[in-house]
Amino acid sequence: MPVQYRSILEEHKAVRRAAGLFDVSHMGEVDVKGPEALRFLNHLVTNDVTKLFPGRVLYSPMCYPNGGVVDDLLVYMRAPEDYFLCINAANIDKDLAWIHEQAKAFTVTVTDRSADYALLAIQGPTAVAIVQSLTGAKLDRIGYYHFAEGTVAGVQCIISRTGYTGEDGFELYHAAGDAAALAEAVVKAGAAHGLELTGLGARDSLRLEAGYPLYGHEITADISPLTAGLGWTVKLDKGADFIGRAALLAEKTNGAANKVVFFKTGDRRIVRADTPVLGADGAVVGKVLSGTLSPILNEAIGSALVVTASASAPLAVDIRGTLINLQLVKPPFVELKKS
Amino acid sequence: MSSVPSDLRYAKSHEWLKPAGDGTATVGITDYAQNSLGDITYVQLPKVGATLAAGQVYGVVESVKAASDLYSPVAGTVIEVNTVLDAAPETVNQDAYNAGWMLKLKLADPASVDTLLDAAAYGKLIG
Repeated sequence: MPVQYRSILEEHKAVRRAAGLFDVSHMGEVDVKGPEALRFLNHLVTNDVTKLFPGRVLYSPMCYPNGGVVDDLLVYMRAPEDYFLCINAANIDKDLAWIHEQAKAFTVTVTDRSADYALLAIQGPTAVAIVQSLTGAKLDRIGYYHFAEGTVAGVQCIISRTGYTGEDGFELYHAAGDAAALAEAVVKAGAAHGLELTGLGARDSLRLEAGYPLYGHEITADISPLTAGLGWTVKLDKGADFIGRAALLAEKTNGAANKVVFFKTGDRRIVRADTPVLGADGAVVGKVLSGTLSPILNEAIGSALVVTASASAPLAVDIRGTLINLQLVKPPFVELKKS
Repeated sequence: MSSVPSDLRYAKSHEWLKPAGDGTATVGITDYAQNSLGDITYVQLPKVGATLAAGQVYGVVESVKAASDLYSPVAGTVIEVNTVLDAAPETVNQDAYNAGWMLKLKLADPASVDTLLDAAAYGKLIG
Protein backbone atom coordinates (compact mmCIF):
# COMPACT_ATOMS: atom_id res chain seq x y z
CA MET A 1 0.00 0.00 0.00
CA PRO A 2 1.56 3.31 -1.04
CA VAL A 3 1.40 6.53 0.97
CA GLN A 4 -0.62 8.03 -1.86
CA TYR A 5 -1.93 7.11 -5.29
CA ARG A 6 -2.68 10.62 -6.49
CA SER A 7 -2.87 13.14 -3.65
CA ILE A 8 -3.34 12.58 0.07
CA LEU A 9 -5.72 15.56 0.31
CA GLU A 10 -7.81 14.50 -2.70
CA GLU A 11 -7.96 10.86 -1.58
CA HIS A 12 -9.06 12.00 1.88
CA LYS A 13 -11.84 14.16 0.44
CA ALA A 14 -12.97 11.32 -1.83
CA VAL A 15 -13.59 9.13 1.24
CA ARG A 16 -15.62 11.85 2.98
CA ARG A 17 -17.55 12.63 -0.23
CA ALA A 18 -17.94 9.19 -1.90
CA ALA A 19 -15.66 6.22 -1.19
CA GLY A 20 -12.10 4.99 -1.04
CA LEU A 21 -10.55 1.55 -1.45
CA PHE A 22 -7.70 0.82 0.96
CA ASP A 23 -5.53 -2.26 0.60
CA VAL A 24 -4.76 -2.97 4.23
CA SER A 25 -3.57 -6.53 3.71
CA HIS A 26 -0.53 -5.73 5.85
CA MET A 27 -2.73 -5.99 8.97
CA GLY A 28 -2.24 -9.14 11.06
CA GLU A 29 -4.85 -11.83 11.67
CA VAL A 30 -4.78 -14.38 14.49
CA ASP A 31 -7.10 -17.31 15.18
CA VAL A 32 -7.84 -18.05 18.83
CA LYS A 33 -9.72 -21.30 19.31
CA GLY A 34 -10.46 -23.79 22.03
CA PRO A 35 -12.61 -24.43 25.08
CA GLU A 36 -11.01 -21.58 27.03
CA ALA A 37 -10.85 -19.09 24.17
CA LEU A 38 -13.32 -16.73 25.80
CA ARG A 39 -11.77 -16.90 29.25
CA PHE A 40 -8.32 -16.38 27.72
CA LEU A 41 -9.30 -13.39 25.60
CA ASN A 42 -11.10 -11.75 28.50
CA HIS A 43 -7.85 -12.09 30.48
CA LEU A 44 -5.76 -10.80 27.55
CA VAL A 45 -7.64 -7.60 26.65
CA THR A 46 -9.18 -4.76 28.66
CA ASN A 47 -12.63 -4.66 27.05
CA ASP A 48 -15.35 -7.18 27.94
CA VAL A 49 -15.20 -10.08 25.49
CA THR A 50 -18.20 -11.77 27.16
CA LYS A 51 -20.38 -9.14 25.46
CA LEU A 52 -19.63 -10.72 22.08
CA PHE A 53 -21.92 -13.11 20.24
CA PRO A 54 -21.35 -14.78 16.87
CA GLY A 55 -21.21 -12.01 14.27
CA ARG A 56 -20.19 -9.26 16.69
CA VAL A 57 -16.90 -7.31 16.69
CA LEU A 58 -15.20 -5.65 19.68
CA TYR A 59 -12.44 -3.03 19.75
CA SER A 60 -10.00 -3.36 22.63
CA PRO A 61 -6.56 -2.41 23.84
CA MET A 62 -4.29 -5.26 24.99
CA CYS A 63 -2.15 -4.09 27.89
CA TYR A 64 1.02 -4.90 29.79
CA PRO A 65 0.76 -5.42 33.57
CA ASN A 66 1.78 -1.76 34.05
CA GLY A 67 -1.18 -0.55 31.97
CA GLY A 68 0.91 0.38 28.92
CA VAL A 69 -0.48 -0.85 25.61
CA VAL A 70 0.92 -3.86 23.71
CA ASP A 71 -1.44 -3.16 20.80
CA ASP A 72 -5.04 -2.30 20.01
CA LEU A 73 -7.06 -4.82 18.10
CA LEU A 74 -10.43 -6.08 16.92
CA VAL A 75 -11.90 -9.30 18.34
CA TYR A 76 -14.31 -11.20 16.06
CA MET A 77 -16.48 -13.95 17.51
CA ARG A 78 -17.30 -16.53 14.84
CA ALA A 79 -18.65 -19.21 17.18
CA PRO A 80 -18.24 -20.27 20.79
CA GLU A 81 -14.58 -21.34 21.07
CA ASP A 82 -13.75 -19.68 17.72
CA TYR A 83 -12.42 -16.11 17.72
CA PHE A 84 -10.36 -14.10 15.31
CA LEU A 85 -8.16 -11.06 16.05
CA CYS A 86 -7.08 -8.25 13.72
CA ILE A 87 -3.84 -6.64 14.92
CA ASN A 88 -1.53 -3.87 13.72
CA ALA A 89 1.00 -4.85 11.06
CA ALA A 90 4.00 -3.32 12.82
CA ASN A 91 3.18 -5.29 15.96
CA ILE A 92 2.55 -8.76 14.52
CA ASP A 93 5.75 -10.40 15.83
CA LYS A 94 5.57 -8.67 19.21
CA ASP A 95 1.86 -9.44 19.63
CA LEU A 96 2.20 -13.10 18.70
CA ALA A 97 5.06 -13.60 21.15
CA TRP A 98 2.98 -11.86 23.85
CA ILE A 99 -0.24 -13.75 23.07
CA HIS A 100 1.50 -17.13 22.93
CA GLU A 101 3.19 -16.44 26.26
CA GLN A 102 -0.08 -15.49 27.95
CA ALA A 103 -1.92 -18.44 26.35
CA LYS A 104 0.26 -21.06 28.09
CA ALA A 105 -2.04 -21.19 31.10
CA PHE A 106 -5.17 -21.72 28.97
CA THR A 107 -6.57 -24.49 26.79
CA VAL A 108 -6.46 -22.52 23.54
CA THR A 109 -4.69 -22.65 20.20
CA VAL A 110 -3.30 -19.42 18.82
CA THR A 111 -2.49 -19.40 15.10
CA ASP A 112 -0.96 -16.62 13.05
CA ARG A 113 -3.06 -16.30 9.89
CA SER A 114 -1.54 -13.01 8.68
CA ALA A 115 -0.05 -14.48 5.52
CA ASP A 116 -3.31 -16.27 4.64
CA TYR A 117 -5.54 -13.21 4.64
CA ALA A 118 -5.72 -10.13 2.49
CA LEU A 119 -7.86 -7.22 3.71
CA LEU A 120 -9.59 -4.58 1.60
CA ALA A 121 -11.42 -1.67 3.22
CA ILE A 122 -14.14 0.17 1.30
CA GLN A 123 -15.01 3.34 3.21
CA GLY A 124 -17.24 6.32 2.60
CA PRO A 125 -20.89 7.30 2.09
CA THR A 126 -21.21 5.21 -1.10
CA ALA A 127 -19.32 2.16 0.27
CA VAL A 128 -22.48 0.22 1.14
CA ALA A 129 -23.92 0.66 -2.35
CA ILE A 130 -20.65 -0.46 -3.93
CA VAL A 131 -20.28 -3.61 -1.84
CA GLN A 132 -24.00 -4.39 -2.07
CA SER A 133 -23.72 -4.41 -5.87
CA LEU A 134 -21.21 -7.26 -5.56
CA THR A 135 -22.89 -9.50 -2.98
CA GLY A 136 -26.11 -11.29 -2.23
CA ALA A 137 -25.51 -10.78 1.49
CA LYS A 138 -28.06 -8.37 2.95
CA LEU A 139 -25.74 -5.61 4.08
CA ASP A 140 -28.45 -3.57 5.78
CA ARG A 141 -28.70 -6.43 8.28
CA ILE A 142 -25.03 -6.08 9.25
CA GLY A 143 -24.87 -3.32 11.86
CA TYR A 144 -21.87 -1.22 12.80
CA TYR A 145 -19.23 -3.45 14.46
CA HIS A 146 -20.97 -6.58 13.23
CA PHE A 147 -19.89 -9.01 10.51
CA ALA A 148 -21.16 -11.83 8.34
CA GLU A 149 -19.47 -14.44 6.20
CA GLY A 150 -20.42 -14.47 2.53
CA THR A 151 -19.16 -13.94 -0.99
CA VAL A 152 -18.34 -10.59 -2.56
CA ALA A 153 -17.68 -10.71 -6.31
CA GLY A 154 -17.53 -14.50 -5.92
CA VAL A 155 -14.78 -14.28 -3.28
CA GLN A 156 -15.42 -15.79 0.15
CA CYS A 157 -15.14 -12.95 2.69
CA ILE A 158 -15.59 -11.97 6.28
CA ILE A 159 -17.76 -8.90 5.62
CA SER A 160 -17.08 -6.62 8.57
CA ARG A 161 -18.90 -3.32 9.04
CA THR A 162 -15.88 -1.63 10.57
CA GLY A 163 -13.26 0.85 9.50
CA TYR A 164 -10.68 3.41 10.46
CA THR A 165 -11.99 6.52 8.71
CA GLY A 166 -15.10 7.49 10.67
CA GLU A 167 -17.22 6.76 7.61
CA ASP A 168 -19.64 3.92 7.00
CA GLY A 169 -18.15 1.01 5.11
CA PHE A 170 -16.77 -2.49 5.17
CA GLU A 171 -13.53 -4.33 5.72
CA LEU A 172 -13.37 -7.54 3.68
CA TYR A 173 -11.08 -10.31 4.91
CA HIS A 174 -10.42 -12.91 2.24
CA ALA A 175 -7.83 -15.40 0.99
CA ALA A 176 -4.66 -13.64 -0.11
CA GLY A 177 -4.83 -15.26 -3.55
CA ASP A 178 -8.22 -13.66 -4.24
CA ALA A 179 -7.13 -10.10 -3.47
CA ALA A 180 -6.41 -8.93 -7.01
CA ALA A 181 -9.71 -10.24 -8.38
CA LEU A 182 -11.69 -8.71 -5.52
CA ALA A 183 -9.90 -5.35 -5.78
CA GLU A 184 -10.57 -5.21 -9.53
CA ALA A 185 -14.24 -5.98 -8.99
CA VAL A 186 -14.54 -3.28 -6.33
CA VAL A 187 -12.79 -0.69 -8.51
CA LYS A 188 -15.09 -1.54 -11.42
CA ALA A 189 -18.25 -1.43 -9.30
CA GLY A 190 -17.03 1.71 -7.55
CA ALA A 191 -16.48 3.73 -10.72
CA ALA A 192 -20.11 4.84 -10.81
CA HIS A 193 -20.00 5.70 -7.09
CA GLY A 194 -16.97 8.00 -7.02
CA LEU A 195 -14.63 5.38 -5.53
CA GLU A 196 -10.93 6.21 -5.57
CA LEU A 197 -7.85 4.25 -4.62
CA THR A 198 -6.69 5.59 -1.27
CA GLY A 199 -3.33 5.21 0.43
CA LEU A 200 -1.72 5.26 3.85
CA GLY A 201 -1.48 9.06 3.93
CA ALA A 202 -5.24 9.49 3.66
CA ARG A 203 -5.77 6.59 6.06
CA ASP A 204 -3.79 8.51 8.68
CA SER A 205 -5.44 11.90 8.12
CA LEU A 206 -8.91 10.31 8.08
CA ARG A 207 -8.37 8.45 11.34
CA LEU A 208 -6.96 11.56 13.02
CA GLU A 209 -9.88 13.69 11.83
CA ALA A 210 -12.19 11.01 13.29
CA GLY A 211 -10.22 11.09 16.57
CA TYR A 212 -9.15 7.44 16.41
CA PRO A 213 -5.89 6.43 18.11
CA LEU A 214 -2.93 5.03 16.18
CA TYR A 215 -0.64 2.62 17.98
CA GLY A 216 2.76 4.24 18.50
CA HIS A 217 1.18 7.71 18.70
CA GLU A 218 -1.86 8.11 21.00
CA ILE A 219 -1.38 4.70 22.62
CA THR A 220 2.04 3.16 23.30
CA ALA A 221 3.81 0.98 25.84
CA ASP A 222 4.01 4.22 27.89
CA ILE A 223 0.55 5.68 27.21
CA SER A 224 -2.28 3.69 28.81
CA PRO A 225 -5.79 3.53 27.38
CA LEU A 226 -7.04 5.68 30.29
CA THR A 227 -4.44 8.37 29.58
CA ALA A 228 -5.44 8.18 25.91
CA GLY A 229 -9.11 8.85 26.70
CA LEU A 230 -10.15 5.28 25.86
CA GLY A 231 -11.73 4.61 29.26
CA TRP A 232 -14.78 3.14 27.51
CA THR A 233 -12.60 0.19 26.40
CA VAL A 234 -11.30 -0.59 29.90
CA LYS A 235 -13.90 -2.66 31.75
CA LEU A 236 -12.46 -2.73 35.27
CA ASP A 237 -15.66 -4.32 36.55
CA LYS A 238 -16.11 -7.02 33.92
CA GLY A 239 -15.94 -9.71 36.59
CA ALA A 240 -12.61 -11.16 35.49
CA ASP A 241 -9.07 -10.16 36.24
CA PHE A 242 -7.16 -9.08 33.16
CA ILE A 243 -3.60 -8.09 32.35
CA GLY A 244 -3.06 -4.50 33.47
CA ARG A 245 -6.20 -4.29 35.58
CA ALA A 246 -4.46 -3.42 38.87
CA ALA A 247 -2.38 -0.67 37.27
CA LEU A 248 -5.35 0.75 35.37
CA LEU A 249 -7.52 0.68 38.50
CA ALA A 250 -4.80 2.59 40.37
CA GLU A 251 -4.55 5.08 37.49
CA LYS A 252 -8.29 5.59 37.52
CA THR A 253 -8.37 5.98 41.31
CA ASN A 254 -5.37 8.30 41.62
CA GLY A 255 -5.79 10.18 38.37
CA ALA A 256 -3.40 10.00 35.43
CA ALA A 257 -0.30 12.20 35.40
CA ASN A 258 -0.73 12.92 31.70
CA LYS A 259 -3.62 13.21 29.30
CA VAL A 260 -4.02 12.88 25.55
CA VAL A 261 -5.80 15.91 24.08
CA PHE A 262 -6.87 16.75 20.53
CA PHE A 263 -6.41 20.21 19.06
CA LYS A 264 -6.86 22.43 16.05
CA THR A 265 -5.01 25.66 15.40
CA GLY A 266 -6.86 27.79 12.85
CA ASP A 267 -3.59 27.85 10.88
CA ARG A 268 -2.40 25.76 7.96
CA ARG A 269 1.08 25.06 9.37
CA ILE A 270 1.18 21.38 10.33
CA VAL A 271 2.09 20.74 13.97
CA ARG A 272 4.18 17.61 13.64
CA ALA A 273 4.73 14.73 16.05
CA ASP A 274 7.27 15.42 18.82
CA THR A 275 6.80 19.21 18.69
CA PRO A 276 7.00 20.46 22.33
CA VAL A 277 3.72 21.79 23.75
CA LEU A 278 4.09 24.99 25.77
CA GLY A 279 2.02 26.09 28.76
CA ALA A 280 0.90 29.61 29.56
CA ASP A 281 4.34 30.61 30.93
CA GLY A 282 6.18 29.11 27.97
CA ALA A 283 7.34 26.02 29.89
CA VAL A 284 7.16 22.67 28.12
CA VAL A 285 4.10 20.76 29.40
CA GLY A 286 3.85 18.04 26.78
CA LYS A 287 4.51 16.96 23.23
CA VAL A 288 2.58 16.45 20.02
CA LEU A 289 1.72 12.80 19.21
CA SER A 290 0.13 13.16 15.74
CA GLY A 291 -0.36 16.13 13.47
CA THR A 292 -1.64 16.79 10.00
CA LEU A 293 -3.68 19.23 7.96
CA SER A 294 -7.40 18.48 8.02
CA PRO A 295 -8.37 18.55 4.35
CA ILE A 296 -11.97 19.20 5.40
CA LEU A 297 -11.35 21.99 7.94
CA ASN A 298 -8.35 23.32 6.02
CA GLU A 299 -6.38 23.84 9.22
CA ALA A 300 -3.86 21.92 11.30
CA ILE A 301 -5.24 19.27 13.65
CA GLY A 302 -3.48 16.91 16.00
CA SER A 303 -3.14 15.18 19.32
CA ALA A 304 -0.75 15.82 22.19
CA LEU A 305 0.26 14.26 25.48
CA VAL A 306 0.18 16.96 28.16
CA VAL A 307 0.59 17.11 31.93
CA THR A 308 -2.95 16.69 33.31
CA ALA A 309 -2.69 19.81 35.46
CA SER A 310 -1.96 21.89 32.34
CA ALA A 311 -4.50 20.26 30.07
CA SER A 312 -7.19 22.89 30.59
CA ALA A 313 -4.83 25.90 30.51
CA PRO A 314 -3.84 27.77 27.33
CA LEU A 315 -1.46 25.66 25.25
CA ALA A 316 0.73 26.66 22.34
CA VAL A 317 3.46 25.40 20.03
CA ASP A 318 6.38 27.23 18.47
CA ILE A 319 6.55 26.63 14.74
CA ARG A 320 9.70 28.13 13.22
CA GLY A 321 9.54 31.09 15.58
CA THR A 322 5.77 31.69 15.44
CA LEU A 323 3.74 30.92 18.57
CA ILE A 324 0.53 29.11 17.56
CA ASN A 325 -2.25 28.54 20.10
CA LEU A 326 -3.84 25.11 20.38
CA GLN A 327 -7.64 25.07 20.54
CA LEU A 328 -8.67 21.89 22.34
CA VAL A 329 -11.35 19.88 20.56
CA LYS A 330 -13.36 16.84 21.57
CA PRO A 331 -13.09 14.67 18.45
CA PRO A 332 -14.31 13.90 15.87
CA PHE A 333 -13.11 17.08 14.18
CA VAL A 334 -15.79 16.75 11.50
CA GLU A 335 -19.34 15.48 11.58
CA LEU A 336 -19.33 11.74 10.88
CA LYS A 337 -22.24 9.86 9.38
CA LYS A 338 -21.17 6.31 10.21
CA SER A 339 -23.98 3.96 11.13
CA MET B 1 8.54 12.13 -15.77
CA SER B 2 9.09 15.60 -14.34
CA SER B 3 8.91 18.62 -16.59
CA VAL B 4 12.16 20.64 -17.00
CA PRO B 5 11.51 23.69 -19.22
CA SER B 6 14.52 24.55 -21.38
CA ASP B 7 14.29 28.33 -20.86
CA LEU B 8 14.91 28.18 -17.10
CA ARG B 9 18.01 27.79 -14.92
CA TYR B 10 18.15 25.44 -11.95
CA ALA B 11 19.77 25.01 -8.55
CA LYS B 12 20.81 21.60 -7.21
CA SER B 13 18.42 22.28 -4.33
CA HIS B 14 15.50 22.05 -6.85
CA GLU B 15 14.63 25.72 -7.29
CA TRP B 16 14.21 27.22 -10.75
CA LEU B 17 15.13 30.75 -11.77
CA LYS B 18 13.89 32.67 -14.78
CA PRO B 19 15.86 35.84 -15.66
CA ALA B 20 13.66 38.65 -16.98
CA GLY B 21 16.55 40.26 -18.83
CA ASP B 22 16.33 43.50 -16.83
CA GLY B 23 18.42 42.44 -13.82
CA THR B 24 15.50 40.73 -12.10
CA ALA B 25 14.44 37.09 -12.00
CA THR B 26 11.57 34.91 -10.85
CA VAL B 27 12.19 31.94 -8.52
CA GLY B 28 10.15 28.88 -7.68
CA ILE B 29 10.55 25.16 -7.05
CA THR B 30 10.72 22.57 -9.80
CA ASP B 31 8.09 20.12 -10.92
CA TYR B 32 10.34 17.36 -9.58
CA ALA B 33 10.42 19.07 -6.16
CA GLN B 34 6.64 19.59 -5.94
CA ASN B 35 6.05 16.02 -7.02
CA SER B 36 8.47 14.69 -4.39
CA LEU B 37 6.85 16.78 -1.65
CA GLY B 38 3.28 15.77 -2.49
CA ASP B 39 0.33 17.93 -1.47
CA ILE B 40 1.73 21.34 -0.51
CA THR B 41 -0.17 22.77 2.43
CA TYR B 42 1.81 25.89 3.38
CA VAL B 43 4.41 28.17 1.84
CA GLN B 44 6.33 30.61 4.03
CA LEU B 45 7.99 33.40 2.06
CA PRO B 46 10.26 36.32 3.06
CA LYS B 47 9.23 39.96 3.25
CA VAL B 48 9.69 42.24 0.27
CA GLY B 49 13.01 44.03 0.74
CA ALA B 50 14.80 41.07 2.31
CA THR B 51 18.30 40.53 0.97
CA LEU B 52 19.35 36.96 0.28
CA ALA B 53 22.77 35.44 -0.26
CA ALA B 54 23.21 32.61 -2.74
CA GLY B 55 22.16 29.40 -1.02
CA GLN B 56 20.47 31.24 1.86
CA VAL B 57 17.19 29.87 3.21
CA TYR B 58 14.40 32.17 1.99
CA GLY B 59 11.39 30.23 3.26
CA VAL B 60 9.75 26.92 3.97
CA VAL B 61 7.46 24.73 1.93
CA GLU B 62 5.29 22.30 3.84
CA SER B 63 3.52 19.26 2.53
CA VAL B 64 1.47 16.68 4.38
CA LYS B 65 4.64 14.56 4.43
CA ALA B 66 7.32 17.07 5.51
CA ALA B 67 8.52 20.64 5.88
CA SER B 68 11.47 21.63 3.68
CA ASP B 69 13.65 24.72 3.51
CA LEU B 70 13.73 26.81 0.34
CA TYR B 71 17.09 28.13 -0.86
CA SER B 72 17.79 31.21 -2.94
CA PRO B 73 19.62 30.08 -6.09
CA VAL B 74 21.58 33.37 -6.32
CA ALA B 75 22.13 36.56 -4.29
CA GLY B 76 19.54 39.31 -4.57
CA THR B 77 16.86 41.48 -2.99
CA VAL B 78 13.25 40.36 -2.79
CA ILE B 79 11.08 42.75 -4.82
CA GLU B 80 7.85 40.73 -4.86
CA VAL B 81 6.43 37.53 -3.35
CA ASN B 82 3.54 35.44 -4.65
CA THR B 83 0.80 36.21 -2.12
CA VAL B 84 -1.59 33.84 -3.93
CA LEU B 85 0.27 31.01 -2.19
CA ASP B 86 -0.89 32.16 1.28
CA ALA B 87 -4.41 30.94 0.63
CA ALA B 88 -3.72 28.53 -2.23
CA PRO B 89 -0.36 26.77 -1.66
CA GLU B 90 -1.57 23.90 -3.85
CA THR B 91 -0.94 26.24 -6.79
CA VAL B 92 2.70 25.07 -6.55
CA ASN B 93 1.57 21.48 -7.19
CA GLN B 94 -0.68 22.52 -10.04
CA ASP B 95 1.63 24.90 -11.89
CA ALA B 96 5.14 24.94 -10.42
CA TYR B 97 6.71 26.97 -13.26
CA ASN B 98 4.06 29.65 -13.77
CA ALA B 99 1.26 30.46 -11.31
CA GLY B 100 3.20 28.68 -8.54
CA TRP B 101 6.18 31.09 -8.64
CA MET B 102 7.46 32.22 -5.23
CA LEU B 103 9.81 35.24 -5.43
CA LYS B 104 10.93 37.99 -7.72
CA LEU B 105 14.52 39.03 -7.04
CA LYS B 106 16.60 42.02 -8.06
CA LEU B 107 19.82 40.17 -8.78
CA ALA B 108 22.95 41.30 -6.93
CA ASP B 109 24.93 40.24 -10.01
CA PRO B 110 23.12 39.32 -13.23
CA ALA B 111 26.11 37.19 -14.24
CA SER B 112 25.47 34.93 -11.22
CA VAL B 113 22.73 33.25 -13.26
CA ASP B 114 25.49 31.55 -15.24
CA THR B 115 26.55 29.63 -12.12
CA LEU B 116 23.24 27.72 -12.23
CA LEU B 117 22.47 24.48 -14.05
CA ASP B 118 20.81 24.53 -17.44
CA ALA B 119 17.86 22.28 -18.20
CA ALA B 120 20.02 19.48 -19.58
CA ALA B 121 22.24 19.40 -16.49
CA TYR B 122 19.25 19.57 -14.10
CA GLY B 123 17.44 16.88 -16.04
CA LYS B 124 20.49 14.68 -15.59
CA LEU B 125 20.59 15.44 -11.84
CA ILE B 126 17.04 14.24 -11.29
CA GLY B 127 17.27 11.56 -14.03
